[in-house]
Amino acid sequence: MRPSRIVIPETAKAGEVIEIKALIQHPMVTGHTAAGANTEPRDIIHTLAVTYDGAEIFRADFFPGVAANPYVAFTTRATVSGDVVFTWTDDKGEETRQTRTLRVS
Amino acid sequence: MTILDRRQFLIVTTSAAVLPAGKAKATDSDASVSGAGAKKPPSAPYLEARNALAGGRTITLGRVSLDLPRLAENGNSVTLKISVESPMTAADHVKTIHLLSEQNPIATVARFHLSPRSGRAFVSTSIRLAATQNINAIAEMSDGTLWEAQAESIVLLAACTDGG
Repeated sequence: MRPSRIVIPETAKAGEVIEIKALIQHPMVTGHTAAGANTEPRDIIHTLAVTYDGAEIFRADFFPGVAANPYVAFTTRATVSGDVVFTWTDDKGEETRQTRTLRVS
Repeated sequence: MTILDRRQFLIVTTSAAVLPAGKAKATDSDASVSGAGAKKPPSAPYLEARNALAGGRTITLGRVSLDLPRLAENGNSVTLKISVESPMTAADHVKTIHLLSEQNPIATVARFHLSPRSGRAFVSTSIRLAATQNINAIAEMSDGTLWEAQAESIVLLAACTDGG
């Protein structure tokens, strides 16, 4: 588990489009140097998958061009009260999972 | 008396480093300002990645808006915003937004998968810029059409490629 930070409203009206921000601490090692020689193997967060009430609502594929501590903001339409689950996966297979509950009125 | 057109204005003002951000689409600036090297033509990896995602389809300029800082002091982390004109309905929505770099060692920077549940076609992220260059955001719609926006960022300190 890596430290992460998520910004998401706690409540929303049904049908409302909400913005979600998610950041995780990770060095995002690119695996190449200016000279092209490999010193340290690539180790990046390659995927962030987000589900809401069990269904995937957003997925990001990251490559070495994404900055360290990858940050992403996106939107979703509030439908029903439920869990929003964020899962980051890196090249070593390490997963970081965070859950937030959205209450919809 | 000299009247500057928009392009000259941008070059003058970015030289003076007084224009920190701006929306830019399809600029053709010759990067005659100081930065992390003059802008070069698109790299071979970029052209390959672009052709691979197009798969023979036409990529049309429009519908996509890419908000990238005109001047990036530090190429290690440059925050950008992308939005696409789309109703985001089941019948008509953005499926994927591809982010391509013309000069980074690896052309594909990120891909974002959206759906009608996104409500709006919007994403924001932070990327590395290895040199002064154009960044391209290409949106793949549910009907298979491809739309793009391009913006240039002048990079003062290039992203360190030594392991991160």
